[in-house]
Amino acid sequence: MNTLTRRRFLAFSGMATAAAAATSAGWMELADRARTDPLPPGAPVLVLVTLYGGNDGLNTVVPAADPAYHSARPDLAYDQGEVLDLGEGLGLNPGLPGLKGQWDRGTLAIVRGVSYPKPDRSHFRSMDIWQTADPVGPSSTGWIGRWLDANGRDPLAAVSLEPVLPPLLAGAATTGAALPLRGLALPRGELGTAFAAMGSGDGGEPALQATAARSIADLHRTVDTFGSALGDTTGSAGKGSDALAAQLEVVARCVELGAPSRVYSVSLGGFDTHADERDTQQRLLSEVDAAVSGFLTRMTGTDRGRQVVVTVYSEFGRRVAANANEGTDHGTAGPVLVAGDGVRGGFVGEQPSLTDLDDGDLKATTDFRDVYATLLTRVLGADPEPVLGPGRTELPLFTAA
Amino acid sequence: MRIAAPAFRASGRGGRTAFEGEAVRRLLQRVGLGARRDELEAARAVGFDATLVRLLSPPGRDAGAAATQPPTFAPAGPRAGKNDPEARAEQRREAALQSRRLGVWWLDRMAAADEPFPERMAWFWHGHFATSAQKVRHPQLMSAQNETLRRLGRGDFRALARAMVVDPAMLVWLDGGGNRVGRPNENLAREFMELFTLGVGNYTEDDVRQAARALTGWRVDRRTLAARLDPAAHDPGPKTVLGTTAEYDAAGLSDLLVTRPASPRFLAGRVWRRFVSDTPPDPATLDALVAAYGPAHDITAMVRAAVTSPAFGDPSSVLVRQPVEWLVGALRALRLPASRMRETALAGGLRDLGQTPFFPPDVGGWPAGPAWLSTAAALSRLRTARALSGAADLSPVTDEPVRGRVEATAALLGLPGFTARTTAALAPLARRPPDLVAAALASPENTVSA
Repeated sequence: MNTLTRRRFLAFSGMATAAAAATSAGWMELADRARTDPLPPGAPVLVLVTLYGGNDGLNTVVPAADPAYHSARPDLAYDQGEVLDLGEGLGLNPGLPGLKGQWDRGTLAIVRGVSYPKPDRSHFRSMDIWQTADPVGPSSTGWIGRWLDANGRDPLAAVSLEPVLPPLLAGAATTGAALPLRGLALPRGELGTAFAAMGSGDGGEPALQATAARSIADLHRTVDTFGSALGDTTGSAGKGSDALAAQLEVVARCVELGAPSRVYSVSLGGFDTHADERDTQQRLLSEVDAAVSGFLTRMTGTDRGRQVVVTVYSEFGRRVAANANEGTDHGTAGPVLVAGDGVRGGFVGEQPSLTDLDDGDLKATTDFRDVYATLLTRVLGADPEPVLGPGRTELPLFTAA
Repeated sequence: MRIAAPAFRASGRGGRTAFEGEAVRRLLQRVGLGARRDELEAARAVGFDATLVRLLSPPGRDAGAAATQPPTFAPAGPRAGKNDPEARAEQRREAALQSRRLGVWWLDRMAAADEPFPERMAWFWHGHFATSAQKVRHPQLMSAQNETLRRLGRGDFRALARAMVVDPAMLVWLDGGGNRVGRPNENLAREFMELFTLGVGNYTEDDVRQAARALTGWRVDRRTLAARLDPAAHDPGPKTVLGTTAEYDAAGLSDLLVTRPASPRFLAGRVWRRFVSDTPPDPATLDALVAAYGPAHDITAMVRAAVTSPAFGDPSSVLVRQPVEWLVGALRALRLPASRMRETALAGGLRDLGQTPFFPPDVGGWPAGPAWLSTAAALSRLRTARALSGAADLSPVTDEPVRGRVEATAALLGLPGFTARTTAALAPLARRPPDLVAAALASPENTVSA
């Protein structure tokens, strides 16, 4: 579904007219915006893939040629013959053949050894640091939320496909929207009208109640903008209703439609592999691989799609040595993957040493905020300083402008 | 419109004020699981103090709870081997299905309980000691943990923590079953300190490694599904945790953590966030909660201190109702057994809202506050609300004349009324009670506990 068909447009503008009768909001104007003012075809789009649970970086981008790797985790290690060779003694996990294809095309960059000073081994604190981009914190705003605040304050500019909002989309003034995976059909008639009317403000109500009302208003804007992209997603989801592939399916539709969003947030959990790690992680990475490389392949089919940049990260890697359960405990630095047609493929940053460790953990070689600064500058065309503060360094992740 | 407890206490026992009525409503929403209409009227008649006593110390047998007995599960058969992936997948699917059924049972119980506090606390602790059937895959273990949370969740936190550190579902969930002398698995030790007893920042990485040694040797028996200590796998040597050295075992470590000064303060923060407000308590209030908890580690006393603090009655102490709380509140108000709804509508609604009992997203449990107020959630709430109003007996609304139905709906849902905005939005639905009640359930007023 590449275009907004007239039939679909009429279908949702009819609903919008009913809503407009009850509120002063200009529903028709908003619906017009999706039709007449879509995202310019040349505007890059960022898709953030969050892997919750601390993905083991050493078994994702595997130093299979390093004897220290094998001696630290003999039961977990992959042999050189098993991994997908990337050169420099590194290979991708065998569950990632699709991403290896991206590497071979020169459209996958691997940023090595990414973390932040004084790494925290709590899932929740560390994920908070990655999502707020504030290693000192705690901070109440996410880095994409601050980008929304500084760039037009449009909640539809950054969209999550998760039922619960990730902190990265929360700004001080603006919060990104959440799209449901199972279609956006609002009730029609009097119930639809009443529901829309509850989205307007009522002076004097408590702040959280006002936020609840605003979510109803934002929902109606979202339906006006995305309804046709999501109209028939029901039942199209993969094996799990919230599986990564299902989330990326919706992102693909939105991008192809020309939805006015510059950032999409998707995620997959389950990477907390303290036991029987090898099978579990490879299965999860295979899921990531099928979803992400399938998405990237689809994206090469359209002009809009070729502007998409996918970034995959997790809150930390695991400790170098295995534990007794053929798993690994919480560690520090890990790789960040950046893929897309405009990406300059190859390694960025140094591979952390497996012998020069910090109390059993890898020493970071790249600050994650430099990855974000590069994405802000080169994908979102924004000044990174209001979002990340001063002093960031751009990484060579993209081909020359 | 200050409704703080001291303000209405000052009004004297004889005179019940409107403010006190509001505080009673808040109490039934948060310490109970939402009022049924006649319950709110009865509670308002006896006042805040008597309602609180009644909630926290339920008298006698609970007929509603007794009528909703938990499902029983056949003893676990042998697990399919690694070389039979199809049988393994089938066992996984069956276990997940049973655990979801267990979740529907719990919703039924929460809705049916005449004395909701034991269920309220079991729910609180399920979010605290968050354990997921996604990995545990034994509905028997999830059910047994649930019963432990219900049994110990209102008394001495030290006993609860001791039970949880060797709870079979917990051992599976956080890999405690694989933790053995010489090569500890840190998962359970870390989360026990970070999320269950002390809070992040109150221990070091070395403490985690030492604590993991204290927890070595516990196993879940594959046949009986009971937890037992394998002495050969336990590390009996001295461990130094938080500056003290002893031959800690699981119970000893748990006691050490629970009795650290950081622990009651950490728990008080958790209680506060779920019962009172997203805004942390001021230092004096925090001290009062800790003092009430005291050397007996009295959980109920801490909850009592939280809901009798002046901030509990403050109009700004608004909470977002978690999806399960919103749903259970609706079931109670409508006197609708969860099992009378289509399972797909119920389970699908909770899944879309992001909160399925026995399936927390991770060991951190579910979020609090505005994270629940996404655009996607607004739509899912309305969908689920339509299923609720479609299945319920709406005679408290339909029996009213049309012009009184919006007000009757507010009363049915235990709301003080609606804003002018929502009243105007609902008025055109007065002739269509199912739509009226659905819209009211999905209204901003009913989405939060104001």
